[in-house]
Parts: sequence; structure tokens; C-alpha cells
Amino acid sequence: MIRDITIGQYYPSESALHRLDPRVKIIGTLVYVISLFLFRNPAGLLVATLFLGFCIGLSKVPLSFIFKGVRAILVFLLITVVFNLFLVPGEPVLRIWKLTISREGIHTAVFTAIRLIYLIFGSSLMTLTTTPNHLTDGLERLLEPLRIIHVPAHEVAMMMSIALRFIPILLEETDKIMKAQTARGADFESGGLIRKVKGLVPLLVPLFISAFRRASDLALAMEARCYRGGKGRTKMNPLRYTAGDRIAYGVILLYLILLTVALRFT
Amino acid sequence: MKIIHSENLGYEYQSVNEQGEVELAKQALSGINLDIEPGDFIAIVGPNGSGKSTLAKQFNAILTPTEGTLWVDGKDTAQEANTWEIRQNTGMVFQNPDNQIIAGVVEEDVGFGPENLGVPTEEIWKRVAECLKTVGMYRYRKHSPNKLSGGQKQRVAIAGVMAMKPKCIVMDEPTAMLDPNGRREVLQAADELNKKAHVTVILITHYMEEVVYADRVFVMDQGRIVMKGTPREIFSQVETLKKYSLDVPQVTMLAYELQKKGLPLPHGILTNRELIDEIVALARQEKKEPARPD
Repeated sequence: MIRDITIGQYYPSESALHRLDPRVKIIGTLVYVISLFLFRNPAGLLVATLFLGFCIGLSKVPLSFIFKGVRAILVFLLITVVFNLFLVPGEPVLRIWKLTISREGIHTAVFTAIRLIYLIFGSSLMTLTTTPNHLTDGLERLLEPLRIIHVPAHEVAMMMSIALRFIPILLEETDKIMKAQTARGADFESGGLIRKVKGLVPLLVPLFISAFRRASDLALAMEARCYRGGKGRTKMNPLRYTAGDRIAYGVILLYLILLTVALRFT
Repeated sequence: MKIIHSENLGYEYQSVNEQGEVELAKQALSGINLDIEPGDFIAIVGPNGSGKSTLAKQFNAILTPTEGTLWVDGKDTAQEANTWEIRQNTGMVFQNPDNQIIAGVVEEDVGFGPENLGVPTEEIWKRVAECLKTVGMYRYRKHSPNKLSGGQKQRVAIAGVMAMKPKCIVMDEPTAMLDPNGRREVLQAADELNKKAHVTVILITHYMEEVVYADRVFVMDQGRIVMKGTPREIFSQVETLKKYSLDVPQVTMLAYELQKKGLPLPHGILTNRELIDEIVALARQEKKEPARPD
């Protein structure tokens, strides 16, 4: 049961979007997410929608996978919409008891909802088309210039990839400890919330001890294989921009130009 | 030149309290004099707590001697400037296969060592393919290590060390957590490295069966080397081994018991084949000289 959790949400496929350099996808997503907050008119919305639709079409990821991400923020989305609807002052349209809905309120609520949904679509599209390993690689390269202000780019990336490798191992271990403790009479199922949380102690303590032991073993193994941080390291899979990546940057630029043009149409 | 040479090597574990005073000290190794030739297959055996693993960590400069000196490929391990060169020259394989695989894909893990050494990308790929083929794991290069068996993981770990082109490889109980099949696979891989790639192998183990194929055996007890010799020399001293609570292989034990019962067998028989041959030879001799009539 516990092992069924999949790490990340990569959707394997052979699309143009999958093949792009992770750096392009990270920057593209960032640019897109920021751009979502720049417009308040239908023309801008149209450009943003078309661009997103174009990317989704290119990715060959089924729509159902992309919609999944929205489900997680549904409650949050609802709260934002309701608050915007009732609390934005302006020309009243509808009055229910003491609450008024204004024209501006409707406008803001709709735009906020669309922004949030597009934000999730955009970022899901990135994680769906990029393996966790590629994402870490991309992040490492993008953060590299920040080394000057002591951002440990390589270390962060290394930690992320080690965490990814150890998640299934630790899950398996949790399963094992759970069985061992159940055999000794531990109860993880019954009782109220407080009892359940208390019941986790005999699970978490051995799990933490084992995780620390693994960490110390791994550190030793890494040092034995001459690991000494990012300095002087070469890469087995170095990131290199190809013609496709340059075109993708061009497309992102084109999107920004179109958006600026659309903004003038108010 | 000797690949590993030590003079009066000693090591003491210390735990220091908050005031910075040494609170507890435990002498883990003392008075160790070693000479290992390049290309040797060495086995180090000893009961738990005899200092085997502590000694193994000395070879890789993970620990440095608190007494005496250890030279690996002519370099003093106590000199910090030598540390990285020593670690490249003596690779290490540890006991738990899960805790020494770093990457999420087999080939990337094998590439980890060369990446750290700053080997150019094309060369890394060449080495990775070569080393995975040597240990027979090339088919699994795109797999996640989590889906492999213990023996397969350990072979990946060996390939990972090989990819750094070491002169010597130290294996610290690499088979302790494996099933019999896995043990065989790992020992075979180690043997192949030694015979084909001429890498010095130092195998630390407490399975006596694994010692049989070594060129030389060191027996450790309480931080000292108490016996040195070829497997045959070591195993012919069954009584001494028992004193260090070590077993001998089953055949050797059988031969030893038969000998005590009066059968004229040579000392230190190591394999089933040997014992069979010896007994057959004895039987033939009896036939040639039939029992004298009374």
C-alpha cells in the first residue's frame, strides 16, 4: 500500500516538450507564471490561453493528467473566488442579505481563478514532461551564477537527487518497521487522532535512527569515491542547448511580444 | 614496489567530552606490519570486533593511523595532501549495498566516481560501459538500483569503484548481507578483476569458504595480525584457528577429523575435489600393496 506512491509525476512520452533542455522549461514556466499576473483584459487572456493550449498540445500529455493538479488546490481556489466575489468594493450587481457582489468583484474573481488554474497547468506541464533528475540538473545550472552570493547550487541539487533515490528505500523500511512493531503489539489503526499520533512514535524513532545511519554510511561511501563537492566535477550528462532549445526560447519571446501587443488593446 | 606497506600501524578510537578531554579510548589496531604486492588477492579474516573494518578504512585514508605509518602506493596516508590520490588508487566496497549507491540509475551511479575525478564526459561513458560489462551488469544500465537484487547491487558498486581505475580495491564484508547466489556473483566479480584487470583485491570477510581462493590470508584478533600465510598454511592449523573462534571450511574440518582418526592425509585440504583425490589416491595405494597375509 505504502509503496504505491509515485515520486514526482513524470509522464513518459517522446514529445518535443519532453526533449527540451530542462533549463528552457524552468525559465519558460517562470516567465509564463509571472506573465499571468500582468494582464487584466480579455485579449491578454486569449494570448495566454493560446500559448498554454499550444504547449499542452505539443506535450502529448493527456488532459486528465494536467487537470489532476487543479484538484489539489480546489478548496483554496473556492475560498479565493468567494472572498474576491464578496469583498471587492465597486458597482453593486447583486445583494444577498448583507453581502453585495460588485461588477469589479466578479471580474477579479474570474481572473484570479483563471490565473491560479493556469499557474497550476503551467507548472504541472513542466513536472509532467521533465524527469526529477533533469529538473535537478537544470536547477543546478540555473542557480550556478548565484554561487557568488554563496547559494550552494550544487549541494542543493545533490541533496535533491539523493532524497529522490532514498524515498523508496525509506518507504520500504517504514513498511518493515510497521510490521515488526505490529508483531510486538503496536497499534497503528484504532483510537482517536491523539492516540494515532502517539502510536506513530514507535514507528518514527527507529525510522529516524535508521535514516541517520544510512546517511552516515552514504557520506562515507561518497567520500571513498572522491566526492568533494561540486568543484572540479565533470558531468556524465552535461546540459547542452540544441537548435530545438533555441527555437523554444524564440517561442517564449514571441509569446511575450504578443502579450505586450494584446495589452495595448484595452 | 609494494602497493600497501605498513610499519607498526596503530589506531585508537577516542571519544572526546565537552571539555575537549579524551574520555574513552579504545585501541582498535596495534603493531600492524603489512606488505601487499600489486596484483595480490588478499583475504583478511577475524571475529567481530577484531579490527578488520578499522584496518580497511585505513587503506582508503578514511581513517589515518594514530601510531606508526601506512603507505599506499608509496604515499603516506597521514599526509592530507595525499588523501584524494589514495582514495582514487584504492577503491572501497562496503557491506550494505543500498547505502553506497548514490544515483537513481545504474549507469549514473557508476559514473559518479569518474565525475568526481573530473574525467571528460566521453571518457566517463566509455569507462561506465566497460566496467558494467566486466561485472556483467551492462544489461541493467538503465535500471533503478532499487529494483536489483543484493548481489546485483553489490556488482554495481564494484563497477562504480572500477570506473575510477584504482590499483587496489578493498571490500569490507561485501557478501555479509547477501544470499548464497549473491555471494557467488560478487566473489566471481572480485576474482575476475584480480585475474583479468590485475587489480589488487583485499577481501575482508568472516566466511572461511571465501578465503580459499586468496593468495594470502591475514587472521586478525583484538587489533593485531595473529596469523599470516597461504590459505593452506592457515587452514592446516585448525586448533589455532579455533582459539580465535574462527571456523575452517567444512572439507578442511572433515579432513582434519579423518587425520586424527589415523588416515594419512596431508595438512590443509581446501576443496572437495582435493579431498576426493587424496582419498582415491590412498585407496589405490592400498590396492597396490594388499594387506599382508597373517
